Amino acid sequence: MGLVHGEEMVLNIGPQHPATHGVLRLQVKTDGEVVSQITPYMGYLHRCFEKHCENVTYEQVIPFTDRCDYLSSMSMNFGYVVAMERLMEIKVNERVEHIRVVMAELQRIASHLLCTGVFGLDLGAFTPFLWALRDRERILDLFEMTCGARLLYNYMWIGGLSHDIPTGFIESTLKFLDSFEPNIDELENILAHNKILVERSADIGVMPKDIAISYGVTGPNLRASGVKWDLRKNDPYSIYDRFEFDIPVGEGIKGTVGDCWDRFYVRILEMRESVKIIRQAISKMPKDGDVHQSLPKKIRPPKGSVYARTETPRGDLGYYIESDGSAIPYRLKMRSPAFTALSVMDEIAAGWLLSDVLAILGSLDIVLGEIDR
Amino acid sequence: MTVDFIFESLNQFFPAFAGNSLFLILSMLIPIGALLGFITVYGFGVIYSEIKVSSFMQDKTGPMGQGPGLHAGKWGLLQPVADGLKLFMKEDIIPATADRPLFILAPFLIFIGALTGFIAVPFGETIIITDMNIGIFYIVGVGSLAVIALILAGWSSNNKWALYGGMRSAAQIISYEIPAGISLVTVIMLASSLSMQEIISYQSGGLFNWIIFDNPFMPIVFIIFFISTLAETNRTPFDLPESESELVAGFVTEYSGTRYALFFLSEYANMFVVCAVSATAFFGGWQSPFPNFLSSPAWSVFWMLSKTLALVFVMIWVRWTVPRLRVDQLMHMCWKVFIPIGLFNVFGVAIWTVLRG
Repeated sequence: MGLVHGEEMVLNIGPQHPATHGVLRLQVKTDGEVVSQITPYMGYLHRCFEKHCENVTYEQVIPFTDRCDYLSSMSMNFGYVVAMERLMEIKVNERVEHIRVVMAELQRIASHLLCTGVFGLDLGAFTPFLWALRDRERILDLFEMTCGARLLYNYMWIGGLSHDIPTGFIESTLKFLDSFEPNIDELENILAHNKILVERSADIGVMPKDIAISYGVTGPNLRASGVKWDLRKNDPYSIYDRFEFDIPVGEGIKGTVGDCWDRFYVRILEMRESVKIIRQAISKMPKDGDVHQSLPKKIRPPKGSVYARTETPRGDLGYYIESDGSAIPYRLKMRSPAFTALSVMDEIAAGWLLSDVLAILGSLDIVLGEIDR
Repeated sequence: MTVDFIFESLNQFFPAFAGNSLFLILSMLIPIGALLGFITVYGFGVIYSEIKVSSFMQDKTGPMGQGPGLHAGKWGLLQPVADGLKLFMKEDIIPATADRPLFILAPFLIFIGALTGFIAVPFGETIIITDMNIGIFYIVGVGSLAVIALILAGWSSNNKWALYGGMRSAAQIISYEIPAGISLVTVIMLASSLSMQEIISYQSGGLFNWIIFDNPFMPIVFIIFFISTLAETNRTPFDLPESESELVAGFVTEYSGTRYALFFLSEYANMFVVCAVSATAFFGGWQSPFPNFLSSPAWSVFWMLSKTLALVFVMIWVRWTVPRLRVDQLMHMCWKVFIPIGLFNVFGVAIWTVLRG
């Protein structure tokens, strides 16, 4: 491509653009349709998350974590409470652990549904996007049933949960899973094996293993490049070591390992694995157990620091918390998976056509709330 | 119901003024007025059905479960009216840096291109505004006017996205004119005429006399023609000029209100014209599918409209199913797949016709 060279034009994709998934600005140098350089500019959604956390109590941080990655708030809460419980050396009871796993995996399905749907939308397929959102709505209904919120839950608290699961939640979840599994096949059929989508995404934006590792890309994007790395298996937190599930990796079925199609397909496979985990967690869930751990009103963790990482739908989410023994964190740093995914953009997307750049951006599944924080 | 027919009727009804040049103008204005009325009604109908078909395909709660309560009017019948009113009441914005005359000209030009195509469309056995002897050629010709309008719109907006959209549409529409034209050449060879009515009368006598069943090449020809018309009307999977997730809105990025409505309406009008050409060239136009079955002139209108609207439905169906192609894949498909196959079909049909005698 690009045998004929013309004058280069600088094009700003965003901050307001349908395909940037939020307020991201990609400054691209284009020669006709061919893109030679991509520079992401972010910060349009910067809300001083880390600085804010230095002024509120440890429990008040949780609603802020919701607002970072607003598409997987449960997983963001989960990461923070895991870090805090490790810092304070709290052991939560079995029921809480099981409920947390169910919620986190439901959240993973919801987030992956949005990602696969939006990937189709970026390539011009509108219908699968609405099918995906239809199923996501039902997961949000389950969350609403549990904690009253559909997007920003503030559900997992340090040492417990804000509410126990309501009556009928288990039945509704199982009913949802039963009807959801055929829908995954449907979504896979209309998107993954569609000739046009394969043409548009296979062999496009290949992210080789070494580049993915050297940039620190994690989550489904890393697994699509053929690296079997999932914190739920490799560094188990909570009770993930008790469940049977596979880690899908990209195999390059339609093209090269690590292309857009693999990144998209790994997410579809992961939804199936999440369904498995939810079923196991529900069947093993103890009937009784208090979800509210008795903790003092103001939590004062011991002096020290902790770094805990968990697997969110977008990859390794790390919280570094430095405590000086007072009721507010001395420093809180978040390692954001989408941030590293975005940084690899110029490496894998330069040299492709304008349409491909947006397909690659869609396949990386970034959330600007988490990147800008 | 041609212009000549109206002119003669006027002369007969008012013999005192026979031959008045006013009658000539009137006999041209009456069909155009009727045509505008038809396009408006059809526009509302097709926008309504696009909304409905997409809603059913996408499993939206409105039509699938919630009943009539959520809609504008009964069954949402007023939704296209609301959309239209919204567009016509909007502020008319022309960007300060736009090339003003061209910016204003572009929507009118594209609408003229869409409207003039209707003149040669046979709506029924007797209803055609002008059955000119080069009818099919004329429709293909005025159809290409859209390219100029799209480039003008893209260029005059002074917006990079619009420029991309304009350039893409130019490349796309000009390229796909060729396979569409080649496909029509085979039809013309069989019917030995360029006139729309004569192409239809060649196919009289029921389903199996339709051109699509004429010989083994014709189904392939039809598929190529249909896909090319999708590309010419900028419908998905060929909606690259306005691809909303890549180019914001392509060549219509800077347009709003009435001007945008004209672009919008002419896309649907173009869809009708190309589907009418498909129906005429391949599915027997206004002919009934069975010989001597509901074949009066009044029923001929029904057959023509149902065939055309069925093809319009297929276009809507395709739009809500498939993703969009990339610009180089689009060109590859046109120049390296459709044109060679199309040329092969031309030779095949020529030899077939000669051998058949």
